[in-house]
Amino acid sequence: MAFSAFATGTAKEQAPRRKSKIALLLLLPGILYLMLFFLVPLVSLVITSFQQPIPYGDIGEFQNAFKWENYVEVVNTYGEHIFRSFAYAILATIFALLFSYPLAYFIGVKARRWPLLQNLMLVLVIAPFFISFLLRTLAWKSILSDESFVISGLKALSLMAPDAHFTGTPAAVVFGLTYNFIPFMTLPLYSTLERLDTRLLEAGSDLYSKPAMTFFKVTLPLSMTGIVSGVLLTFIPAAGDYINASRDFLGGTGTQMIGNVIESNFLVTLNYPAAAALSIILMAVILVMVTVYVKRSGTEDLL
Amino acid sequence: MTLQEGLAVSEAVTARKPASRRGARLGFGNWLLPLYAIIAFVFLLIPIAYTFAFSFNDSVKSNIVWRGFTFDKWLNVCDQIDVCVAFGNSLIIGISATIVATILGTMIAIALVRYRFRFRAGISLLLFLPMATPEVVLGAGLAAEFLGAGVQKGLGTIIIAHIMFCVSFVVVTVKARVSTLDPALEEAGRDLYGSPNQVFWRITFPLLLPGIIAAALLSFALSFDDFIITNFNAGTTNTFPKYIYISAARGIPAEANVIASAVFLLAIILVLISQISSALKRKRLAAAGG
Repeated sequence: MAFSAFATGTAKEQAPRRKSKIALLLLLPGILYLMLFFLVPLVSLVITSFQQPIPYGDIGEFQNAFKWENYVEVVNTYGEHIFRSFAYAILATIFALLFSYPLAYFIGVKARRWPLLQNLMLVLVIAPFFISFLLRTLAWKSILSDESFVISGLKALSLMAPDAHFTGTPAAVVFGLTYNFIPFMTLPLYSTLERLDTRLLEAGSDLYSKPAMTFFKVTLPLSMTGIVSGVLLTFIPAAGDYINASRDFLGGTGTQMIGNVIESNFLVTLNYPAAAALSIILMAVILVMVTVYVKRSGTEDLL
Repeated sequence: MTLQEGLAVSEAVTARKPASRRGARLGFGNWLLPLYAIIAFVFLLIPIAYTFAFSFNDSVKSNIVWRGFTFDKWLNVCDQIDVCVAFGNSLIIGISATIVATILGTMIAIALVRYRFRFRAGISLLLFLPMATPEVVLGAGLAAEFLGAGVQKGLGTIIIAHIMFCVSFVVVTVKARVSTLDPALEEAGRDLYGSPNQVFWRITFPLLLPGIIAAALLSFALSFDDFIITNFNAGTTNTFPKYIYISAARGIPAEANVIASAVFLLAIILVLISQISSALKRKRLAAAGG
């Protein structure tokens, strides 16, 4: 999927060197654009994260400095939010994987004989993308609100305490994150499982392997690239998301994630250095986790 | 191993094989997985069905309680003028960002596959990182840059932001198509004395077109539904997702459901048409080939 698409090893070397001027012309506009609006913003985030308030200045007025204490301060103030973001994102990624694997297996392996059905099921997987992200989250909020028949039904069956809520709880936020990022998990899983050679599974059963054993020894290792791509594509946006955890959506006062505090610091209280320091921390933790994860799962060629 | 033993083993193997096959056929695996897929699809579609249903709700202000069926909201979408303005802005942003991102991304994709140059690894990393960076970091970074440069936030800054995150996705999509192209076709064009220009526009470009269209549609979809990056760089300008975010606290009017449902239907119809037409094409090709 996306992560393997930039693997440098696959580049075909078919053109002679003298054409590198054309290559430069083709590359220059886009690369300059990304430098100006992707790299420079990252640099300005770093600069902003060390800024200090202008003495006697207004709210939101800062000057360049090297106030590294900003980082200590945000970790002390928002440590809980930082921890929560990664905990929720990890849970959502696990649930999305458990939900998606059988589905992707069915579409990619079992439905192979019917290509049209396969394509229609893929359309169904990505269908949630076609309706606004915020509206589908709000739809879940209504469906799972205290007055809804789902929750009142669960309460009538004594599966839920009469005074319990679902929306506003950490469970609801993890539920929302899981739902919203399922397609990011299912699609890469599908694309590796679709190429799975089923003769290897037959070989497994011919060698007296039980289905469970064949799954863990053959299918799972062979679908590792899809799992790694899916995990990254789910985990990264989930860790930075703040819609699901927002109070007007599925979250409550005790579910705010790092994205929520970056937003409120940047756009509401105009505390730019705090927002910038939090962004840098988020990015750094994600980069470290992704590198370690990719190294440990033995699929380094992905990056 | 004696002959008898060998025969016995081979008999055991052949006797076991059909049995195990039959076992698999009658096993729970055969209906469990399709059943699971059906339940999974129902689960995925629930919020869509809900949004669609409540676009027909005869609601007054907030659209939470069902008050009866009506077509009114579909016929008079722009009664809620704010929704329409926000939707219009989203269209302008989506179309502009798509055009620029598709051009920039296609050029990069062609260069990456067709030419050799230095700093290849660095360029690949620069293209990969925007996709691996959380949106809130991208949004806050650009907003910090605009703040430092004293740029007024509005429609323009949103478009700049959207082009930035769409380019990488265009490169991935078009690159996949470029690498399937047979360079022999272009060579044939050159052998037949086609100028580089002619070869590009008559051969390369038409062959790339499906990939470019797919990339453009993907860009538009990403841009149209983006909220987080937009929120940081919008200033007072409203887009459709931002409108929903702002009104979430006091209730979303049914008109917003109408627009979302209409966009959904349009997208699904487009996807289905392309799926069916490519299936028919495959069938025709198969018929012609066989």
